[in-house]
Amino acid sequence: MQFTAMILSNIEVSPGYWRMRMTAPAECASARPGQFIMVRVNGAIDPLLRRPFGIFDVGTYTPAQSGAVAQPYLEMLYRVVGKGTAMLSALHGSDLLDILGPLGTGFETGLADEEKLIVGGGVGLAPLYFLAKELVKTSPVRLFAGGRTRDDILCITEFERLGVECYTATEDGSLGECGLVTEALLRRLDSLKGKASIYACGPHGMLNAVANIALDRKIPCQVSLEGYMACGVGACLGCVAPGQGHSQETPDFRCVCTEGPVFKSGELKWRD
Amino acid sequence: MKPDMTVNCAGILLRNPVMAASGTFGYGEEFAEYMNLESIGAFVTKGLSLKPRAGNSTPRIVETPGGMLNAIGLQNVGIDAFIKKKVPFLRSVNTPAIANFFGNSIDEYAELARRLDEIPEVAGLEVNISCPNVKQGGIVFGTDPASAASVVTACRAATKKPLIVKLSPNVTDVVVMAKACEDSGADALSLINTLTGMAVDLNRRRPVLANITGGLSGPAIKPIALRMVWQVAKAVKLPVIGIGGIMNATDALEFILAGASAVQVGTASFINPGAVEQIAGEMEAWMVANGVADIKSLIGALET
Repeated sequence: MQFTAMILSNIEVSPGYWRMRMTAPAECASARPGQFIMVRVNGAIDPLLRRPFGIFDVGTYTPAQSGAVAQPYLEMLYRVVGKGTAMLSALHGSDLLDILGPLGTGFETGLADEEKLIVGGGVGLAPLYFLAKELVKTSPVRLFAGGRTRDDILCITEFERLGVECYTATEDGSLGECGLVTEALLRRLDSLKGKASIYACGPHGMLNAVANIALDRKIPCQVSLEGYMACGVGACLGCVAPGQGHSQETPDFRCVCTEGPVFKSGELKWRD
Repeated sequence: MKPDMTVNCAGILLRNPVMAASGTFGYGEEFAEYMNLESIGAFVTKGLSLKPRAGNSTPRIVETPGGMLNAIGLQNVGIDAFIKKKVPFLRSVNTPAIANFFGNSIDEYAELARRLDEIPEVAGLEVNISCPNVKQGGIVFGTDPASAASVVTACRAATKKPLIVKLSPNVTDVVVMAKACEDSGADALSLINTLTGMAVDLNRRRPVLANITGGLSGPAIKPIALRMVWQVAKAVKLPVIGIGGIMNATDALEFILAGASAVQVGTASFINPGAVEQIAGEMEAWMVANGVADIKSLIGALET
């Protein structure tokens, strides 16, 4: 669906990373973790295209005036990387945005009681927070958050408040372990007793590593991809990712915006 | 009074002159959630080939000032899957569906025209001789008048359905190409396809697109498209369909004044999936506000 949202808040939560809350129609309450929205930054032709952002949270708030009833809201987490996101970060409460969504295929929440291992970094943590809120209802959840520096480790307090056990690692050692967070994931898998599922969203290198770990250990794994997309509705075919059996002779491209952004890792083609 | 917006474009009766352009509208069904498909003039499918095509590697698209570059590489389901999986939807929509198609050889073009001719749900054919993003199938035929004429002649012999030829702007003289297609049996001409362009990532010292070059579309190309439509409409007797950066009714009406009998809306559908319907609606409102009773009175009415 397409709707006009009013910004409720727009806050820098870590250097370069912003969290925006906006009003949303009631239909957004049924958004699934892993789904995303396409945001039109302004009505002008530059920037021309919408920007895709994972849904960080949905909920309700009660407006300040007396007698107000609870209204639905939607939140996204974004990083300022170019002109469009820089303009977004300059917007304030009560500014309006044109939104398309919720779009795409989200995460499957899997079996109750098995251990849920979620792996992410940077804005990849956005859909994982929304997912964790669902998962903690039925299962123990552990988060493995990695990044280049501590600036990339976002909203850990929010995850902890859900009761998620959090492990962090940074490449420069500025927060948590020094190195890749997949090391912590591997240690947890070594000591695992029962069943588990992995969920990942983050830089492609991280996803590739996690997908290979899941394949090695025969653990179900879902990953959420990013893609350059113009439309978000399966028309432009800009955002495709190669499927598991893809080759020049046997083409198998998956559309990230409609078939994904969440895929079972075994459906996709990865580097060894 | 409700203005008359109907246009007969090469034998396809349109309820209004606003169509959805090929490659920006999937096979129609992708947009059913966002608009009333029975409010637009027609829609053109993603370009079809005999066999399914994978398309290019990613990145395939990049935004540029006032536009975007794409190098999808004609990814499509192929004619067999189109007939099996996409045509049933076309049957359910009371709006003309035009099939865009391309081949690697003149024989392939003719074979596709023959197969599409057999599909009752296809109201017309749009021959793509102008895709800039693949080596074969398209631009080779779209930049040389003799090759274009051979393709159109072969397709003409293979179909009785309305035959539209989509022209490339990547030529020295678009009028020469237009006349070659007119003389070979085309029923209408649509223009322009995208302009070949390029984007560079300075920090990585690499082209942004995996294909290196791509086709530029969006508002940035509108002045060029308008100029070419005006030139071609003056030079040929066939109906011309104007395409290129149309974002609103004003843009669409400018093309009609310049000589277009109908228009196609492309990139705008990416930004706003309801764009084609909205533009048709705005166009009607403009006609009411300006006392224009019949859209046909505006075609080529530019005063120079």
